[in-house]
Amino acid sequence: MEALTAEQSIAAITSGQTSSEELVEEALRRSEDDPWGAFLALDGERARRRAKEIDAAAERPPLAGVPIAIKDVLSTRDLETTAGSQILKGFRPLYTATCIKRLERAGAVVVGKTNMDEFAMGSSTENSSYQLTLNPWDMETVPGGSSGGSAATVAARQVPWSLGSDTGGSIRQPASLCGVVGMKPTYGAVSRYGLIAFASSLDQVGPLARTVRDSALLLSHIVGQDPRDSTSLDWWKPIEVPDTERLDGVKIGVISEMLENGIESGVKSATEAATATAAELGAEITEVSLPSSRHGIAAYYLIAPAEASANLARFDGMRYGARAAADDLLEHYERTRGEGFGPEVKRRIMLGTFALASGYYEAYYARAQRVRTLIVRDFGEAFEKVDLLLSPTSPTTAFKIGERVDDPYAMYMSDICTIPMSLAGLPAISIPCGVADGLPVGLQLTGPAFSENGLFSVAHALEQAIDFDALPETLS
Amino acid sequence: MSTAVALEPVIGIEIHVQLATRTKMFCRCRLSFGDPPNTHTCPVCLAHPGVLPVVNGEAIRLGIVAALALGCEIAPRSVFHRKNYFYPDLPKAYQISQYDEPLGVNGHFSVLKPEGEFEVGITRVHLEEDAAKLLHLSSGGRRAGAEQSVVDFNRGGTPLAEIVTEPDLRSAADASEFLKQLRQTMRQLGVSDCNMEEGSMRADANVSVRPVGSTELGTKTELKNMNSFRFLERGIEAEIARQTGMLEAGERVVQETLHFDPATGELHSLRSKEEAHDYRYFPEPDLVPVVPGREWVEQIRTSLGELPVDRRRRWMNELGISYEDAEVLSETTELGAYFEDVASQVDAKSAANWIRGELRSQLKDTGDTPWESKATPERLAELIQLVTDGAIGSSAGQEVLAEVLVSGRPPAEIVDEKGLRQIQDTDALGAIVDQILADNPKETGQLKGGKQKLIGFFVGQVMKETKGSADPRKVQELIRERTG
Repeated sequence: MEALTAEQSIAAITSGQTSSEELVEEALRRSEDDPWGAFLALDGERARRRAKEIDAAAERPPLAGVPIAIKDVLSTRDLETTAGSQILKGFRPLYTATCIKRLERAGAVVVGKTNMDEFAMGSSTENSSYQLTLNPWDMETVPGGSSGGSAATVAARQVPWSLGSDTGGSIRQPASLCGVVGMKPTYGAVSRYGLIAFASSLDQVGPLARTVRDSALLLSHIVGQDPRDSTSLDWWKPIEVPDTERLDGVKIGVISEMLENGIESGVKSATEAATATAAELGAEITEVSLPSSRHGIAAYYLIAPAEASANLARFDGMRYGARAAADDLLEHYERTRGEGFGPEVKRRIMLGTFALASGYYEAYYARAQRVRTLIVRDFGEAFEKVDLLLSPTSPTTAFKIGERVDDPYAMYMSDICTIPMSLAGLPAISIPCGVADGLPVGLQLTGPAFSENGLFSVAHALEQAIDFDALPETLS
Repeated sequence: MSTAVALEPVIGIEIHVQLATRTKMFCRCRLSFGDPPNTHTCPVCLAHPGVLPVVNGEAIRLGIVAALALGCEIAPRSVFHRKNYFYPDLPKAYQISQYDEPLGVNGHFSVLKPEGEFEVGITRVHLEEDAAKLLHLSSGGRRAGAEQSVVDFNRGGTPLAEIVTEPDLRSAADASEFLKQLRQTMRQLGVSDCNMEEGSMRADANVSVRPVGSTELGTKTELKNMNSFRFLERGIEAEIARQTGMLEAGERVVQETLHFDPATGELHSLRSKEEAHDYRYFPEPDLVPVVPGREWVEQIRTSLGELPVDRRRRWMNELGISYEDAEVLSETTELGAYFEDVASQVDAKSAANWIRGELRSQLKDTGDTPWESKATPERLAELIQLVTDGAIGSSAGQEVLAEVLVSGRPPAEIVDEKGLRQIQDTDALGAIVDQILADNPKETGQLKGGKQKLIGFFVGQVMKETKGSADPRKVQELIRERTG
C-alpha cells in the first residue's frame, strides 16, 4: 500500500476507499517492523479499538481515524511514558496531555510513543537511554533530535504525521535532518499540560508531517487556550490549511548571520537555491541582520538548564518512577537520581544549578535573560522591514552516529539556527528544500508571533515549487 | 564589662496563615483537616510529570484582603518564584512562592493596649503554597529514633499568606498581643480561621537585643513555629534572657534558627547561618505575573468595612466603653454587631455590662450565642431600658431575661404578667413611707437622731408593704427626705 499523507488518508476514508481500521492496521504493521528504532512503545490494542469505534460512529470526526505517533515526552494515560529516561521506566501516567486529548477528540488514533533524547536534551536522539534511532535516509546517521523518533517515523512512512516538542529546535532540526516538515508554533499556542517539562519558558508542542498542509491541519486541532496551562494563549483565529502558489509582495529577509561560517556548503547552496525559488515566485528578498542572535546559544544554555534543574528535581523516586534502594534520605536521592539520569541530563542539571546559585545568578541567569530580551528586540526590528525570515534550519545535514556524542559543544551548535526563535517565542517551520550528498536539507521560515497562517502559506508555495518528493534510500 | 548597659529586645514576626479557600493554591483539590491521609491529591499536587500549576483566584483575593487590612500597597504586578530544595514533603522539589515582587508591601498594623496603642510596620505580604505533612512513626513521635517517615499530601499545596513585620516589637507580651489582634482581623475578614493548634496560623519570631538608644540591630536568631500564644511569649522571653545573658557576659550572639521546647523551656539550635540553604530562586515560568486590576482592588477595599481595631477604638472613644469590654465584645464579627445594635438603642456601658454579664452567664447553660438566642438586640435593649428607667429592679431584670431567652416575648409584657413593675409614683410611694414612719415612732426618732443603719429597716418595711414592687433606691431617697 502506498503511504498516504494525512490529508489523503482522510479523503480515502471519507470516500470509503479505506477505513480507519485498515490505515491503523497498516501503520501498526509498519511500526512493528521498525529497523530505525523510531518507537519506544506501541499501543496496538487501544489503537485498533479506537479505529473500529471511529469507523462505526454515526458521525465521522474531522481527522477520520488517521493514525499518529506521539513523542514520548507527552503524557498518555495508562501508556508507558518515559521521556527517554530510565528514571521513568515503567511509568504509566494518570492522565493524558491536553493536546493529545484534543487530537483524539478530533479523531486521530495514537499508535505509539516515539524515541527521543532523554528529557528532550539533545540533537541526535543518541541521548535516549533506551535505543538509538536511525535516520531513514542513511542508517549510519542520526535523525536529529530531540524529536528524532517522531521525525524518523514520518520520514520512514510508518505514520503520516506525529507530534514532537521543541525547546531550542527539537522539532525543526530533526525534521530538517529527516527531510520532513516540522513546525514550532508561537509560545503559548499549544497547551503544555502533559508535556514533561524541560525548559518551561521555551517548550512548545508542534507537528511533524510530510506536507505543509498536513502540518497546518494537525496544528489546527491542538492550538488554543487550556485552563490547565496559564501560559497558553487564547487562539482567536483558526489555523488555515494553505493553498498558496505565488509569493507576490511577500517580503522575505534572509538572516545574514545564518549563512556565515559554520554552515555546510551543501546546506548553504540549497538555502540559496530555495531563496532564488522564492524570488521567482514573486517574493522580495532582502538581507536582514539579527546581531544578538550570535549570543543565542550562550543564553539558551543558561536559561534552559536553569529551568531544567528545577523541572527535573521532582524525579526523586518517592511517588513514581524508578527508585534505588538506600539506607537514608540523602543516599536515596543520590542513588535514585544518579542511576536514573543519563550523563547529558546530569550535565545540564549541574549547569542550571550553578547558573541559579546565589552569587552567580546575576552573572549568568539574569544576564542570559537580558540577552533574550535583546534577541526579542532584534526580531521585532527585523519584522518591521520584512514579513518573515529565511535561514537554514540546521548548519549541517544528518551527521554520523557517535560523531558528536563526546563533544557537547559541537552537539549544541546543531541548534544555532533554531535557538534564537525559541528564545523569542516565535513560530518557525522547517521544510525540506533539497538534498546535499544524498541527505536532506531543511529550510527554516520564521514569522512574528501568531503569524502561523502566513508561515504555512509561504511554506506551502515554496514546497510546491521545490517539489521535494525524494524518498529515503532505505525505503526505495 | 562591668558597667551595666541597659539592653532592649527587638522583635519581628513572620506569620503564615492558611487562606480559607475551598481548594488548593495551584490545583482543584479540596482543602481539609483531619481527613484520612492522601485522600485530597491529584497529579498536580503530587507533581506528576507534565503537570502545571494554575493560580487559585480566591487565594489572590484573600491575599489582597489580608494585605489591605494590614495597610499594604497592592503591587500592580507580583511574581511567583520557585524556591528550590529537596525534601520528601515537597513533591516538585521547589515551593512556588513570591519572592522579590510580593503581593503587598509597606503596611502597618495598629495594636491596642489598655494604656494606649502602638504600631507595627508590615514589610510584606506574599502568597505561597504549603508543603505536605511528614509523619515520623516511632513510639515518641519525634524524628530522632523514628523507624519510618511517611508523607500525607493532603496539606501539600494549601494556599498560605506570609506576613512579615518590621522589627518594631519591644517585648514578648507586645508580640503576643500583636499576633492576637492580627488573628482577630484575619478571622473577621474571612482570610483564615487562624487556628494555631491545627497549624492554620504559624508564627516565627526574629529576636535580637541591643543597647537602649542604639539604632543598629543586634545579631538576630529565628524562633521557629511556635504553635500557641503562650509558647510564643515564653519562647521569646527565654530567647531575650539568653541573648541578654550572653551580651552581659561579653559573648557574641550567633545567627541561627532555634526551636523552643515548651516542655523544658529550652531552646535548641536547628541550623546556623553557615548551613543556610541556597534556594536558587528564579521566576516561575509556568505562571504569569499577578496583575490585579485597580478597580478590583478598590472593590475589595470597600468590601472590607470597618476593621476590628478601628471598631474597638471607636467603641472606646465614642461609646465610652472600657478596653476590656471592647476586647471581649469585638471577639467575633457577630458579637460586635450584636453589641452595636443594642448600644444604638440604650446606654452603651449598660449594653456592654448586660451582654458580658447576665446574658453570657445565662447562655452558658444552653451554649447558644447571643445573636442566635431569642434575646434579639431589640428585646435586650427593651429590657435594659426597663432597668435603667427603674421600672424593674435588676434581679427582676434577670428573671425577665431568662423568660425572654425561652419565649422571645417582649420584656414589658413579661414584667406586667409577673407583676414585677416597681412603683414609680412618688406620691403613692411617699404615702406608704409616711405610713411606715408613723407606725414606728421609736425607730423614726432614732433615725432622725442619726442612727443611719435604721434606713435598711425602713426600706425593708416599705418593700414588704409593696410586695417588692418598689424601687429600693427611690424608697431610700424618700426616707432620707423625711428624716434628714
